[in-house]
Amino acid sequence: MSLTLEQVQRIAHLARIEVSADEAQVTQGHLNGIFQLIEAMQAVDTRGVEPMAHAQDVSQRLRPDEVSETDRRAAFQAVAPETEAGLYLVPKVIE
Amino acid sequence: MTQWEVVIGIETHAQLATRSKIFSGASTAFGAAPNTQACAVDLALPGVLPVLNKGAVDCAIRFGLAIGARVAEKSVFARKNYFYPDLPKGYQISQFELPVVVGGAVTIPVGQGDKAYEKVVRLTRAHLEEDAGKSLHEDFHGKSGIDLNRAGTPLLEIVSEPEMRSSDEAVAYAKALHALVRWIGICDGNMQEGSFRCDANVSVRPKGQAEFGTRREIKNLNSFRFLKEAIDFEVQWQINEIEEGRKIQQATVLFDPDSGETRMMRTKEDAHDYRYFPDPDLLPLVIGADWIARVQGELPELPGQKRERFMADLGLSAYDATTLTANQESADYFEAVVAVAGKANAKPCANWVMVDLAARLNKEGKELAESPVSAAQLGGLILRIADNTISNAIAKKVFEALWSAEGASADEIIEKQGLKQITDSGAIEALVDEILAANAANVAEFKAGKEKAFNALVGQVMKAAKGKANPQQVNELLRRKLQG
Repeated sequence: MSLTLEQVQRIAHLARIEVSADEAQVTQGHLNGIFQLIEAMQAVDTRGVEPMAHAQDVSQRLRPDEVSETDRRAAFQAVAPETEAGLYLVPKVIE
Repeated sequence: MTQWEVVIGIETHAQLATRSKIFSGASTAFGAAPNTQACAVDLALPGVLPVLNKGAVDCAIRFGLAIGARVAEKSVFARKNYFYPDLPKGYQISQFELPVVVGGAVTIPVGQGDKAYEKVVRLTRAHLEEDAGKSLHEDFHGKSGIDLNRAGTPLLEIVSEPEMRSSDEAVAYAKALHALVRWIGICDGNMQEGSFRCDANVSVRPKGQAEFGTRREIKNLNSFRFLKEAIDFEVQWQINEIEEGRKIQQATVLFDPDSGETRMMRTKEDAHDYRYFPDPDLLPLVIGADWIARVQGELPELPGQKRERFMADLGLSAYDATTLTANQESADYFEAVVAVAGKANAKPCANWVMVDLAARLNKEGKELAESPVSAAQLGGLILRIADNTISNAIAKKVFEALWSAEGASADEIIEKQGLKQITDSGAIEALVDEILAANAANVAEFKAGKEKAFNALVGQVMKAAKGKANPQQVNELLRRKLQG
């Protein structure tokens, strides 16, 4: 399997990364290299092997349902680009 | 004319009633000042890591057990990637391939009266995920304001199979689910505050066709009325499109309550490509048999179990039992009525709660919790019908008097207003004689074979008795005298 330039541009758009035509060419090469690795791995017979969702074979640690955080809005908003009335302001988005 | 069949599946987002968020220790309390409950994890500041809230998992297990689903021994959190300012990480932590709850079903009562029926709706899955923040678009000099207090609030997304066939069934399902999550205490069910919201996947197909039609998804319906209105509009719109020769395009639509119409948000072409993958920040969630057993032990009697008990112990019909267990309030109320009136009177208790009381509440736009007639008062009233102190007709009068607080109990009202039924046969006989003497024409008609005339005479006697004569005794005496 290999990616087309169009697919590279689509992935870049989904990730909101701007790539030039030259960069797309280079990226296509990189990504196709990764696909070759995946193909090599897929050639291995893994029947009977349970898929892992994580590299470490341990389970999720849980925390009790308790409120442990206090209000630190002032500190967080001190480093935000723009705030008003306690809100973070961003370029207008309406769907 | 083609007969159309409607196909509806529903996805519900229920905010879980935990104190803290699903992956952080920030509070989930509703109504706080903007961003005062959004901590570093909720803001996605660099270097933070999510830690799963055990309470949220408890809720998911409770739900799974309550609907007879399989609680997955191992489930996995995945990243759902999309860009929106109220989602600071650029992805929502959700579950994709391995959800925590698989399968299950809910039994729903649909319709009323003669047309009422029951239906079992199967569920596909339910999974844990985090809620996003809120965007405010008004009046920030051309900018949007972002409040991240809601970001990270635990949600259980509950997905049904596409098994509903009308907007009424969709509403019945949503109501049953709403009642259940409140019943088992995992969600406060407050729809105005967005604690319980539904997306409806709607399609139509010619009756008898096996394949589904192309569906459109109506997003974010936060009341049962909107759910019904949106589906009804959408179904008619789709049928019109097809009948006019156009094809339905898969799309996401929004319902506008003001116009009563659905309008397109996005088509499939520009639909999100979420690129799910397992979240490397979170390990698989493992739920052992001991944990499930503990949660099982903490569950209250479930609607289904209560329903079975009402049928087996109290002799109620399946429909009555389902209706009374449709939510915790009505089940509790009914049981409190029976506690006073006795198990032997369970059937009239069910009728009074489901018919007379329900109609009266409906008329005033009141909820059961606001009923001026308490369960104990209603039970007391039913006792007096059962022991023949009053007739059903008089009971309705007493009920009205209880409703308007003319007395503290049925007994007090019956006593004070002199409503006690006349069962003394001597007294009734005197009344019957009086009426027979005064209504010779009716008597003659009856003797000529007109059964209607008999009813007129009964009416006269009851009127003379101010409704207090025992109707059965009046009937018997009258017939005996006329035929004698």
